[in-house]
Amino acid sequence: MGVGIKVEHLNAWFGKTQALHDISMDVPANHATAIIGPSGCGKSTFVRCLNRMHETIPEARAEGKVRMGDLDVYNGTAAVQIRRRIGMVFQKPNPFPTMSIYDNVAAGLKLNGFRNHKQLDDIVERSLKLSALWDEVKDTLRKKSGASLSGGQQQRLCIARALAVEPEVLLMDEPCSALDPISTGKIEELIFQLKEEFTIVIVTHNMQQASRVAEFTGFFLLGKLIEFDRTEKIFTTPSDKRTEDYITGRFG
Amino acid sequence: MRTRFQQGLDDLRTRLLRMGGMAEQAVDRACQAYIDRDLKRCHMVLEGESQINVAEREIDELAFDLLAMQQPMAVDLRFILAVTKINSDLERVGDQAVNIAERVMDLVELPVADLPVDIGRMATATAAMVRRSLESFIEGKAELAQAVLEMDNVVDRMRDEAFISLVKVMNERPDVTRQALDALLIARNLERVADHATNIAEDVIFWVRGADVRHNVQQENPPQEITRRVTGI
Repeated sequence: MGVGIKVEHLNAWFGKTQALHDISMDVPANHATAIIGPSGCGKSTFVRCLNRMHETIPEARAEGKVRMGDLDVYNGTAAVQIRRRIGMVFQKPNPFPTMSIYDNVAAGLKLNGFRNHKQLDDIVERSLKLSALWDEVKDTLRKKSGASLSGGQQQRLCIARALAVEPEVLLMDEPCSALDPISTGKIEELIFQLKEEFTIVIVTHNMQQASRVAEFTGFFLLGKLIEFDRTEKIFTTPSDKRTEDYITGRFG
Repeated sequence: MRTRFQQGLDDLRTRLLRMGGMAEQAVDRACQAYIDRDLKRCHMVLEGESQINVAEREIDELAFDLLAMQQPMAVDLRFILAVTKINSDLERVGDQAVNIAERVMDLVELPVADLPVDIGRMATATAAMVRRSLESFIEGKAELAQAVLEMDNVVDRMRDEAFISLVKVMNERPDVTRQALDALLIARNLERVADHATNIAEDVIFWVRGADVRHNVQQENPPQEITRRVTGI
């Protein structure tokens, strides 16, 4: 099951430049939450702070409280443990090119020392089924490499890889921006189904996509969270003029 | 700024205002035709109906295109939805004007009867509601629209009074039953026009405030009024 994420007074920097200013937000469990905003507003930085990927960039740092269920992300928990519980899918599909489809999905588990072949088989199958890729690859699992798949399939493979370690939260940073409408539709349908088992946070530039897949939406501008509310409220009657101006295309 | 989209919204607004002008003029003409027993004005109302119908279709098509092609959000989405509903109400206002004109054409064939009903006063009140509802749309001001909602009770009361007195006339003076019936139907038509003006005012409030105030249910949404940027005023 997914868990909620409680963010309190989160600030982030790249060197001396502050990228996030005092962000507080409750991401509800087992729902999809969309993060929208113009380029450079801090939305990707925000999600990368949730699993401490932000600090992997030289001179980047973050301060504040992020609680994910019982886990205190910024206080006393190893980053690797956090990333095991918070999966991430990126803008561009990034399967391990030389590995088979099977090994791509099993990579995280193997890295953690998981060696039970029968259980591995089961987890790979379950993950590929969850990511709606199983039917398309089940006959070529060990024969084909991850890189041989189409862009949309590769992205679903990356989702399967993220799901294989059984995270509670799935972060998706513009997961459809490199995909065609058919593949995008499949990923969106997938997000809809995955909500039952995971908490999803999706960064997107596509506002129609946010309105289609997410129950909650946060609008970021210049590193600040301007408005966070139910998606239908954000897209029909936003409370803040800046949100309205952005979603109606008057700037951004 | 999405220039093409903004031009589409401006075009929609202009067309709706033109249609509002036609519907308002139709009601004025029909009421003046009643007062003056003027067949010429009745014919003008009947001939004008087709123009209103054409305008209704054009506005719906444009709104449909904007919805499909531009995927409007928030205030723009509310504006387009409000326009389509106001469009429909204005077309119905035009229909009511035609109904009034037809009743006048019937009345002109009959002897003049002194009836205890002031259709002129009711027409003035109704026309004011239509005009103000359109003004609230032009200005994008919810408070103007709110004032229209409060006027509706006045016209309802006039209709009720007309009903009581005209039914009495029909009972007591059978020789003017047809005239009384025509006047009664005109009073009802005017009351319907007032209802459409009320609907228009409610749609303006929805557009400007995002609040659904229909059927006396207040569902106020945003704390901050976002208004008139669509119209560029």
